[in-house]
Order: sequence, then structure tokens, then C-alpha cells
Amino acid sequence: MSVVTQTGAAGFLARYEALKDRLPGDAAVRAAAAESFRVAGLPGGTSARRIEAWKYTSLRPVAEAVFQGSASAAGAMAALPKMNAPRLVFVDGKLQAHLSDMVPGFKSFADQAVFGGLARPDRDPLVALNTMLADDGACLRVPAGVDAGVIQIVSIGTGTAAFHPRHVLKLEAGSTLVVLETAIGEGNYLHNPVTEISIGSGAHLTHVRLQDEAAAAFHLSTIYAEIADGGTYDGFSLVLGGRVTRTEIHVRLMGPKAAAHMNGAQLLSGAQHADFTSVVRHDAPHCNSRQTVKNVLGGKSRGVFQGRIEVARQAQKTDGYQMNQALLLSPDAEIDSKPELEIFADDVKCSHGATVGELDAEQLFYLRSRGVPDSEARALLVRAFLVEALDLVTNETIRSILEQRVDAWWERQAA
Amino acid sequence: MLEIRGLTASIGEKPILKGIDLVVPDGEVHAIMGPNGSGKSTLGYVLSGRDDYTVTGGSVTFNGIDLLDMEPEARAAAGVFLAFQAPIELPGVNNANFLRTALNAIRRAHGESELDAIQFLKLARAETKRLAMPDDMLKRNVNVGFSGGEKKRNEVLQMALLRPKLAILDETDSGLDIDALKIVADGVNALRSPTFSALVVTHHQRLLDHLVPNRVHVLAHGRIIRSGGPELAKELEKSGYADVLAAAA
Repeated sequence: MSVVTQTGAAGFLARYEALKDRLPGDAAVRAAAAESFRVAGLPGGTSARRIEAWKYTSLRPVAEAVFQGSASAAGAMAALPKMNAPRLVFVDGKLQAHLSDMVPGFKSFADQAVFGGLARPDRDPLVALNTMLADDGACLRVPAGVDAGVIQIVSIGTGTAAFHPRHVLKLEAGSTLVVLETAIGEGNYLHNPVTEISIGSGAHLTHVRLQDEAAAAFHLSTIYAEIADGGTYDGFSLVLGGRVTRTEIHVRLMGPKAAAHMNGAQLLSGAQHADFTSVVRHDAPHCNSRQTVKNVLGGKSRGVFQGRIEVARQAQKTDGYQMNQALLLSPDAEIDSKPELEIFADDVKCSHGATVGELDAEQLFYLRSRGVPDSEARALLVRAFLVEALDLVTNETIRSILEQRVDAWWERQAA
Repeated sequence: MLEIRGLTASIGEKPILKGIDLVVPDGEVHAIMGPNGSGKSTLGYVLSGRDDYTVTGGSVTFNGIDLLDMEPEARAAAGVFLAFQAPIELPGVNNANFLRTALNAIRRAHGESELDAIQFLKLARAETKRLAMPDDMLKRNVNVGFSGGEKKRNEVLQMALLRPKLAILDETDSGLDIDALKIVADGVNALRSPTFSALVVTHHQRLLDHLVPNRVHVLAHGRIIRSGGPELAKELEKSGYADVLAAAA
């Protein structure tokens, strides 16, 4: 028997055709998503169609890769951050009950496959791909007024697997949750998660993402969040790993005094490409959105930042702030930054800025003149550049995990 | 001992130092005076290894080793310290962490054990007290939001902790009031010993009242045009550089 391996969009569609009768949830939603995906394809992949949202990132390497199957997760498991908080472990997108802890309010997507209405398969090809093929994920519901503490969601990718987990986080009014999502692995896999988040009135979600995927892996994540009045989405993404990656976040501020923080840092080297794209929509008055994203780019790496703030006509007294900064460690590194403001209200305060620079020669000399060796001085200045972003992670335990990862990243570069 | 012979240096194509000969024996403090643009700051940078300057000729030996061949951090480990005229701000770097990193780097280079945070703070607090610096200067980011005087005192604090064998003070007295000036002078005097020497770049006799030099040199147009005892500084204070420059022309 010979098996024809199909790559690109055709490969994913063939997989859907083969699996569709066994996938959980509403078949009509999947079929519609498959149709959207068939039309859209992988941005920059086979179709020549240019999509503005994918102006700087081409998924041609994803389209050309062969995704066949899993390998052992044992090696990657050892690299998990040590943290004393219950965790849900997924290997190649499948929940591993024996590696996971009991978490109140948790159901797997395999058991409770409900597609929310936030993510839009008709608008985003990767959401379409996810919706078409999602077969597992974490669904967490925090009841009103409950402080659910800290929960870890761990993804381990292996081999040449392609997986499309679907996560749902639902915080009811006045509840609190801290989520640390860690994505690691070994291999040339594709991790394409979609997370739908709804934050109720006065609820508070701290959502920290540590993306430290294998060097040859692809990570394309999309988050959709809706925040009711007085609720807060406090998000931070640390992007270290992967060959071609994208972190896409859509936040909608629905009620007065809702707040969204979409902060992050990307540290890249070699030929890595990482895209940080966010859209925050102010639909209610007196909301605030904050964004500080820092890029540290070495080798021939390329960082992309696209940030859009939309202010609806009724969203008076909006307070929006966005800052994107890049530190280029090599003459061959590149940053593309595209901030956008679209404001229809007339009484708002919105500011944005972008800077690009290299390590400051005077600062470096100052440190070296005090006896600090060159590589240590550079590490100190890179850390100093990141401090402003990392300090936005308010949970100290999680912040120190991220700081250790940053240090480890630097040591890998110096080695 | 610092021994400079025929030192020439340029920035880009422009020659700044045009043949400096200067010997500072162990245990001595030498003052360098001279009009603006004469090369005083360049001399400090060249001695500490800043790479914007190209050394085009001559030699510098420090306790018998060729200084010009060494990286800035190796010079610091060998005992060279430059107090910057305009100390550099390091946003995001905590002052205590900076000082400890520097001290431990030098201790490591000397084969000594590193200090932990508690050992270091004990040492640093003793020095800040002696220099009449508020404790919170250790908690702030390096030189960020410091007043001119605080920046200069922070340089003296670094010097006190790193205990160099050769300190080059580049106009450390400028912008200081009389009390601060005395603190800076006391800081240097406290280090004076048979194995410590200093090059003090200054425009003012004031500092030299508190920090009495063994020799005073006048630097102009990239050369030392006159040397003398402490009385030379007093003479310059009174009559300016014009006479000295005219005599040397």
C-alpha cells in the first residue's frame, strides 16, 4: 500500500475529510470552517492572495512541511518549569490524564466540544483550520465570586505532529483566575491553538503564556477575549521558541471600566520569525487598554509587531496606550512594526510609539570599564531592556519563571 | 606605576593626543589641568580602553604590563578606574546589582570568592554612609534621575568599592558644592597608599586644596606643555592658561 503524503492546505483538508465523522461537537460548524479554510488557504502558503493581516508573515514553511505523527514526550517533559500549581498536560494536543491534576471546573474539549462565538473561522484562516480539526483542549469555568488560584496549561509537541487545541476560559462575575500556559516540545510539529476567553463583570484573568517551543516547530496561536464591565484581562506572552510563530490576540472591551493588558516580549535568534499581532476594540466608555511589547532580535531573526486600537463612537473616555520596542543585537536582524489607531469617539486618550535601537555603546563601555566582561555586560543590558515588560507580570512566582527562561535563553546564545 | 611614552591618539581622522609623556609613580596624585578641548578627557578614555579612540603611537605600561593591549574589563581587573565626567545612566539596572556585578567580576578576576547579596549590602552601606549618600541610591537605577552631584558621588562610591590601583578622575569636582567636593576629596584621600595613584583632571584649584597633588601638569593641544608642583595650580587659578600657552608656543 502506498500512502500519498499531502502537504499544505490540501493536507489539512484531507485530514479533515478522513476524521470528520469522529470529531466532537457541531459538525455544521466544522464544515463551515472547512469551507472557509478551503477558500483562504494558509496565508503566504500556496495562494498568491495577499492578506493585510499577514503582510509580514508567510506560512509557506508551514505549507511545505510534512506533518505525520508523534514521538516521545519524555525529553521535553523534563524541561517544564517547576511550579507548585495544578496542571493540565497536553501532548500533541491530547489531554494526558495521568500527567494532569484535578482542576475544579475543568472539562476537556473532547468531552464538551462547544465552539464559542468569539473566534471567527470566516475571518481568520488559522481559526478556520483549528475549528475544522480541533479535537481536544481545556475548558475552564470559574463560578461567580470564586478565586480559582493558579492553573497551568502545558502543551508538549513532539515529532512531526500537527495539533489544533481549542481552549475555553470562562470567568463568571467577580471571579479570579491566574493561568500559566507553557508550550514546549521536541521536533518539527505544528501547534495551532485557539483560545476563547470571556471575562464577566468585575472578574480578573491573569493570562501568562510562555512560548518556548522546539527550534524547528511552528506555533500559531489565536486568542479571542471579551471583557464585561469592570473586568480585567491581564495578558503577557514571552516568546522564545519556534521557527515561524505568531501570537494573535483580539480583545473586546464590552462594558464600562473594563481593562485589557496585552504585554509581551519576544527574544529571537538564528532565522526565527515571530509575529505579535493584537487588536483591541473599545466598545464601551471608560475602558483602558495597555500594551508594552519588547523584541530582542539576534542573528537573522525577524520580529513583527502589529497593534491595532479601535475605539467605537460610544467609547468615550477611552484610555489606550501601546508601546513597541526592539533591540537589534545583529545587523542582519529585522523588526517590522505596524501600529494602527482607528478612533470614532471624540473624547479619548490614545497614544502609541515604537522604537528600534542597538545596545548602547556608551552603556556597554561603562560596564566594561567597571570590570564586567563583555558578554555579561550585554546580558545585563538586554535584561534591563526587558525589565519594563517583565515587571508587568505581577505574579512574582511566574515572573521569576519567565526571568529564568530569559537567562537560559541568553546562555544558549552565548554558548 | 603608570608610564606613558609618546602617546598619540585620534578620533576618526582627527588627532587629539599628540605625544603625551607622563609618569605617575606609585602612591602619587597628579593633577591634569588645561583649557577645554586640550585632550584631558581623551587621555582618560584611552587609558581605560574606550574603542572610539585609535591609538596611533606610543606606549602605556601599568605596573609593567602593556595596558593598550587589554580589553576595558581586563584593565579594570588590573586596577584602572575611570570616574566619568558624565556618568552613564543605565535604566532598568538596579544600582546595587550593578555595583555587586562589577565588584564580583573584579573579585573573580583576582581569584577571590564572590560576595552574596547580604555581604555586599553590608559593605556598600558602610561606604554610602561614609560618602553621605542616602541609602536609597542603592535601590535606584544606575544614575537615572540622579542629580549631578549624586552621579559624581556614585562614581566615588564605585571607586571606593572596587579599590583601584590607578584612579582617573575626569572633572569629578565639576558641579559639586563645597561639601560634596570635600566628600569626593576625602573619598580619594582614603584610598591613598603606597600602592595607589591617581590622575585628577580638574579646572579648579578648589579640589586640589583638599586633594593635594604631588605634581600638576598642563595639557594643551594634545601635549603636556608644563609640569610643576602644587603651586602651579595656584598660579593657573590666578592668571589663567594664556601665559603658560604663550610661553610654550
